[in-house]
Amino acid sequence: MAHKLKIASTSLAGCFGCHMSLLDCDEKIIELLQQVELSRSPLCDIKQVADCDIGIIEGAVANSENVEVIRQFRAQCKTLVVLGACALNGGIPALRNQYSLAECLQESYIDGMGLENQLIPQDEDLPEILDQVYPVQQLVKVDYALPGCPPRADMIWQCLSALVAGQQPELSSELIRYD
Amino acid sequence: MSPEQAQTIFEDTRQRFAGAADDTRLLQYLVDIQHRYHFIPPPAIEALQQILHLTRAQIESVIDFYSFLHSDQAIRYRILFSNNITDRWAGSAAMMQRLTVALHGCEDAGIALTACSGLCDQGPSMLINGRAIGRLTPSRIDDIAALILSGVELEDWPESLFMIDNVIQRSDRQLALSCQPAAALRRAIELGPDLILQTLNESGLRGRGGAGFATATKWSLCRQASADQRFIVCNADEGEPGTFKDRLLLAQYADSVIEGMTIAALTVSARRGFIYLRGEYRFLLEPLQADLQRRREQGLLGSAILGQAGFDFDIEIHLGAGAYICGEESALIESLEGKRGIPRIRPPFPVTHGYLGQPTIVNNVETLFSVERILQKGAKWFSEIGTEQSRSSRLISISGDCEEPGVYEYPFGVSLRQIVQDCGGSDAQAVQMAGAAGTTVLARDFDRCLSFEDLATGGSFMVIGKQRSLLDMLQNFAWFFRHESCGFCTPCRIGNHLLPELLQRFAEAQATGHDLRQLKDIAETMHRSSFCGLGSSAPTALSDALEQSPEIFTAGMASSSDNPAFDLSAATREYRTITETESW
Repeated sequence: MAHKLKIASTSLAGCFGCHMSLLDCDEKIIELLQQVELSRSPLCDIKQVADCDIGIIEGAVANSENVEVIRQFRAQCKTLVVLGACALNGGIPALRNQYSLAECLQESYIDGMGLENQLIPQDEDLPEILDQVYPVQQLVKVDYALPGCPPRADMIWQCLSALVAGQQPELSSELIRYD
Repeated sequence: MSPEQAQTIFEDTRQRFAGAADDTRLLQYLVDIQHRYHFIPPPAIEALQQILHLTRAQIESVIDFYSFLHSDQAIRYRILFSNNITDRWAGSAAMMQRLTVALHGCEDAGIALTACSGLCDQGPSMLINGRAIGRLTPSRIDDIAALILSGVELEDWPESLFMIDNVIQRSDRQLALSCQPAAALRRAIELGPDLILQTLNESGLRGRGGAGFATATKWSLCRQASADQRFIVCNADEGEPGTFKDRLLLAQYADSVIEGMTIAALTVSARRGFIYLRGEYRFLLEPLQADLQRRREQGLLGSAILGQAGFDFDIEIHLGAGAYICGEESALIESLEGKRGIPRIRPPFPVTHGYLGQPTIVNNVETLFSVERILQKGAKWFSEIGTEQSRSSRLISISGDCEEPGVYEYPFGVSLRQIVQDCGGSDAQAVQMAGAAGTTVLARDFDRCLSFEDLATGGSFMVIGKQRSLLDMLQNFAWFFRHESCGFCTPCRIGNHLLPELLQRFAEAQATGHDLRQLKDIAETMHRSSFCGLGSSAPTALSDALEQSPEIFTAGMASSSDNPAFDLSAATREYRTITETESW
């Protein structure tokens, strides 16, 4: 049997909606899984990314752990694909960029409705929160980006199947059109 | 604000504008209200809603668009320091710092930055409630601080503070010719529209705003367009950083400019004209109004001009309010109609579908000035100097690192070397032609010449001394465009937003190979796909530098990595500060 491609995926500051959209490939997933092997991914239970052919990133970069993960992915994946609006542009998490971090923490942990024992969390086991939410390409080089919130299942499928077949993915304008 | 005060403002606003309420004058009403109350109070907005039948959102969107309109709170002294690169070189940052320290704790004053205020030959400069003050020095700053702290009304400040110099350093045939009111106009009446157009055609006059479109062609197109009414607009929104020659023309040759407009009106049978005067030149408003009034009394404006039955034409002045994009002709027309200054889709061009959808001639101040010169002295007199494609002479505004800044008139074809030598810029490493959106010419290329064939300019000529950092200049331009992009199209809005931060990485010597590629890609995308000239020309100086002076970028690179520079510890500093100082 030929060498199986290894794929890793992760969700940073995101909602897992892009991964749900990936699952929307339905039975095609089985076809895909016959050709690839999973490394770290929310779809399995592997915690650390190993050397991979393709890395898939959902979500924006909002804390120091996200930074560490994205750097690991970049170092270990030959091809990096960002999936969806948050990874590509910051998306919904980046709405907080119009406020200062202090204002965000104050609202979330001190002033917000229904809070008890108000306290801004701080512990060495917790990641540090970044001053702003960053899109992935502001930290590492990105090879392919799939737009959408979430990107359509057939778009993800088309991109991944092309990469698995060793071809350059090409998306028709019909696939990336949203209006 | 008490209910009584609110009621007074509401009534007052209604009374002043209800008479001939006209929504195309919305911007003018807002400028007036801003001036009166030092901001746009909510009851004034309500009054405008009522008399103009506009929604609150429509009015607020206009307020939001223009830098000189504020709806937040009344600030008695609003101070804006001109942030053009020449003002910075002249020491504006230190002046601003000095005033900020002197006024620390003073609630009556607000200090901020604005784009080039058109006093580059006498910087550093500032605007205070729209009035311009040039030649700032520590002692003048101290005087200003004292006046503010003792609460003296701006009207009572010493006139000497507001003196603006109009320095002509070199005149050629156009500036040397005095204006004889009505001489050119009488000649135009004798000739009639066809021969006026023929004369302009023979003169080879091309628009002086920068694009260089043939004036006779523009006027003919307007004349041929079928319409009930036509309009003449003088574009006096001289916003390109480093340009101030129109300020001089409006101050000293206003009769010629107005006469040029009147000749245009005669040619295309227009009855109304506008001078769109940039807000920074508000100090020219009263003198210009006096000029218009005098010409009405002399029978040179109004009905039956010079006794010609049916030759009726008058001019209104519209004030801008701090938006660079309004220098673009279709944005200017939107602004004249009282709206946000967003460029229109072209074609159709203003010459067939302009103000209120009618054929409109929009000409630069200097173009109209030249029209008057040509009609006074003839096409041959005008065209006998210059180059093949660029006839006659033009005005350039010289500022920056030179001994003799001011306005210079040169025949087209003059070399940059000659100009730089004449203005005493012997130490120049480069010249920034045509403002922030223009091209950077290095000293090694000073044999190139001023002309439409080689180096065109809208009139800006900033001399860059050897001691200056080109990267610093690019950053200044990047911040300028980030502020001035109207936000309508993505390449310009996002591109101009990204460039300052990318350039900052080079300034901090943190940039990577990825960042350099990003700079090139963004500049290329903006050039190719922006909606209007602002976006497509914004990265011109950057592209020039990438091509001609790559060393300024390599000096700012920490690695050639494919990944962008990202400083994790800087990005988490704020969080650590918050959590460390937290008391529990």
